[in-house]
Parts: sequence; C-alpha cells; structure tokens
Amino acid sequence: MSEVALLAQRSVVRTLRQPAMVVPSLVFPLLLLSINTSGLETATHLPGFPTNSYFQFALAIPFIQGALFSANSAGTNVASDIESGFLNRLALTPLRRVSLMLGQLTGILALGLIQALTFVVVGLAFGDGIAAGPAGVVVLVLLSLTISLAFGAIGAFVALRAGNGEAVQGTFPLFFAALFLSSMSLPRDLIETDWFRTVATWNPVSYMLEGIRSLVIEGWDAEALALGFACAGGIALIAVAAAGSALRTRMVRT
Amino acid sequence: MSDAAIETQGLVREFKKGPRAVDGIDLRVEPGEVYGFLGPNGAGKSTTVHMLTTLLPPSAGRAWVAGHDIVEDGAAVRATIGAALQDAALDPYLTGREHMKLQTALHGMRGAEARERSDALLQRVGLVQAADRRVGGYSGGMKRRLDLALALVHRPRILFLDEPTTGLDPQSRSALWEEVQRLAADRGVTVFLTTQYLEEADVLADRVGIIDRGHIVAEGTPEELKAEIGRPSVEAIPRDPDQLAYTKQVLARFGESVTGSPKGASVRLSGGDAQLAEVVRALDAANIEIQELQLHAPTLDDVFLAKTGRSLEGEAEREVAAA
Repeated sequence: MSEVALLAQRSVVRTLRQPAMVVPSLVFPLLLLSINTSGLETATHLPGFPTNSYFQFALAIPFIQGALFSANSAGTNVASDIESGFLNRLALTPLRRVSLMLGQLTGILALGLIQALTFVVVGLAFGDGIAAGPAGVVVLVLLSLTISLAFGAIGAFVALRAGNGEAVQGTFPLFFAALFLSSMSLPRDLIETDWFRTVATWNPVSYMLEGIRSLVIEGWDAEALALGFACAGGIALIAVAAAGSALRTRMVRT
Repeated sequence: MSDAAIETQGLVREFKKGPRAVDGIDLRVEPGEVYGFLGPNGAGKSTTVHMLTTLLPPSAGRAWVAGHDIVEDGAAVRATIGAALQDAALDPYLTGREHMKLQTALHGMRGAEARERSDALLQRVGLVQAADRRVGGYSGGMKRRLDLALALVHRPRILFLDEPTTGLDPQSRSALWEEVQRLAADRGVTVFLTTQYLEEADVLADRVGIIDRGHIVAEGTPEELKAEIGRPSVEAIPRDPDQLAYTKQVLARFGESVTGSPKGASVRLSGGDAQLAEVVRALDAANIEIQELQLHAPTLDDVFLAKTGRSLEGEAEREVAAA
C-alpha cells in the first residue's frame, strides 16, 4: 500500500471512529434540509422560483454544509496530530510531505463521498429525482467532492498555521456565515435586499450551490456547472497550495 | 565526519524573542553508550533532542549523529535513529497494531516482514494482549511502551528517549528501564536519554551530562560526578526542636551547611565519613539528645547543587507546587 493510501486509510479510520465527528456531518445538514423545506415551502409560489418543490431547491444545501463539516473534521484531525506530536513521529520517517498532504486530502474526499452519497440517496428517496439523470448524479458527486476538498483544505491550512484545534473551531462559524450569505434560501434574482443580493453574488458559495442545484432541478446547465466547478476548484487549488506551504513550515526537518 | 555516535560542537538554539534555549553545547556520546541528559524543566534538554533528531535546525554550531551532519544530511540521520519524544505521540483512535502497521510501512516494510517485525516488537514491549485495542484506552505506561516499540521498528543504531518515564507509576518506570538496559546490552544500541529524575540517570546512564539554562554544567559517569563532590553529608535531628540552632552550631565545626530536613541540621563533612564518630562524640558532649542521625552519600542532586547553586529535587517540587 502506498504512503498516500496508508495515510488516507488512517485519516478515514480515525474519522469514522469518532461518531461525534461523523454523525453531525450527516444529521445536521439533513435536519436543516427538513426545517427549510417545511418552513419555506411557500417560497415556491414566488414568481420566477425555479421549481414547485422547495425540497428540490434546498437539496443542494446539505452538500455544502457537509463540506463545511469536512473542513472542521480535517482541521481538527490535523491539529490533534500537531498537538499530540504525531506529526513529529511522521516527520522522523522517510515520509514525503506531499504524501502526507495527499493522504489527508484523500481522507477528506472519502468522508465527502460518504456524505455526498447519503445526500443523493435522501434526495432520490424524498424528492423528485435528479433532473440530470444518472450521469448528473456522477457529476453532482464530483462537484460535491471538489467542494469538500476546498473546505477540507482550508480546515487543514488553518490547523497547520495555528497548530491547535481551537483555531479550527473558531473558523467554523465563519464558514456558516458564508453559507447563510449565499443563495442558500432563495435564487439570487429573487433576493430583494440589495446588500444581501450583492454579497450573495460575490460569494463563491452561491455558485457552488447553484451548480449542484442546476443538476437537481434543471438538468444540464453548462454555465452553472462551469461556475460551480470553477469556484470550488479555484478555492481547492488555493487552499491546497496554502496548506502545503503551511505544512512545509510546520513539519520542519533538516 | 565524526566516529562518535553523537557529537556536538557549540550547538546553539535561539528562539525569537526568547533566551538561548541551548547555549553552546559540546558533547560526545560513544557508540553503545547510554548517555543521560539530566536537568530541570526548561533546561534545554528537549530542544537539544529536537535538533539532534533533525526536527529543529540549530541557530549555530554543528552536530553529527552516526557520523552524519544533522543539517546537511538530515535524511541519513533519520534513517539511523529512533526517537520517542516527550509525551507519547500516538493516535488515540488507532489500535497498537495499526500504529505498528503504519510505522513499518512508512519505513518501507511490507507483508510478512512488516507483520513479523510488528509482532516481535509488540511481544518485546509486552503489548500483544492489548495490540488490537485502541490506544486511547491504554495506560500511560502502555503508551510509552508502544512509543518505544514504534521507535525501534527500523532497527535504529541510536535511540533518543525524551523524558520517557515522566508521569509513569514506579512499576511502569522500572519496566521501561529494564527494556532500555536490555536494548543497550543486547543490541548495542546507543541511547540518548533526557530525564529530570536523578534516580533514572543514576540507574540507566553510563555517563551523565547535567544541563542547566542551556549549558552543560557537569559531565561524567554518575560515580565520577559524585566523587567530584567527594564528601558525604551528615544530618542530625534533635529530639527537642528547641535545640536545633545549637545542633547546627555544633555541626558547623565539621563542614559547610547543606540543605536537608527543616527539622534537622545538615553539613557536608569536610573530613569525609571518618568524621562521623567525632560528630557523635561532639553532639554527646554538647548534651544534645538526637532523634535521628543519617549519613548521606553524595547524589547527583548534590552535584547539581554544587554546580548550579540550586537543588534539582527542589526545582521539581517547586514545579509541582506551581502546577
């Protein structure tokens, strides 16, 4: 088994052995989905609302929220490795830094996959299906994984820079603020408050949501998908590079 | 290239806005030797170990481990050494066996070789029964033993142990001591051991370096260091506490005063243990009724006291009280 696979396996195993980390990342997004659906169903009567099922509209939210939990769990795991000295143990082996980073990121993706598949199953069970069909489900999962990678890498970056779990927990509310200040509850063109619409338009989370939403509600929308993948992929690239740089500083060895 | 197992020349580590944690250390550890690096918390022990294990670049000076320069040839150093650093660095969610699997794989062992090595080491440290339990449920001693097993995976020639028994109960401590002694005796492994326990250094180390505030203040075998102090001390506790001052006055004739029990008077005997009979006669002549009289052989704490003006045991007690 390669170094990367070993470290990814460890990352997944240790995450799955912490129910307090896994269960909320699956339950809370679904809880929010059910609350939003029951409370905001009447929003579908607004002229121009893209679907007559708020569940279909809101189904994109758990994918993003799950990714935010990935950021938290990735960051917490990395911080715990630093605090316990486990990172030093790894540094004393011939392990390459890039393998460590890839192992951590693969672990994030594995957890992201579990989340995405759970949300897809819930969507298929309780909604009107995925408009883009089976191929759309594959693309949806890929987009969801890219988003998990983006947020997970941010969590790892914060942990590597700060070196403690408290800093990671401290960033969690900021991620949620980014979610709430997006087109999470309404399409951007139906947001009447100007500042909110402007913030949502500049907020990359809106485009991630809209990419997923397009597959669920409309089918294939190249522009929405391109923007969704560009935002998630762009953030993932920057965050992975930043985390890699922080790892070089943190995992000093001569 | 040095032929010593470990050699340092003027090794310095300075932290930003902080004092020099390590301030020009010169030391030489021979192959197969157990070297005890003794000092209180904050003396610079762990910083030295971090530099020697390549985890921290020195600010100045040079060091070689197994003949490899720690700055220019870090990878070669790491291939030669094993390290169990302060606080067992383990993942509480993995089992002991999973730790071994990860460590053997990261050192390039695969399949049967990795399994055999893991089993042998788990057996060696007495963790076979607990191998499939998560480490989070291990006792402090078990964690330390697993930590040691992990450090030995790739058969290192030099082993760094950073305060390996801190926080352990006496039974776990002596089990770990036995293992370290076996490693040095059977396998010829060089052990560089930091400790703040005098007894540990005394029992385990062939040679001891005493470090204080980043400087090595004394170095030698425990016997040499104690012989440097040379003279034993005597402590007399009078039955009547009111006679304490008078007891001190009588004992002052026999040598300089040293720290002892607050209930008694202690002096380092300037004429050695031959003076003990004279001490007894003098106390008797002074009509001081003695409750307890003890002759203390010099300890490493006496060495520390002589070199730094402070007691290592006193430092530890102050740290506990502060905590």
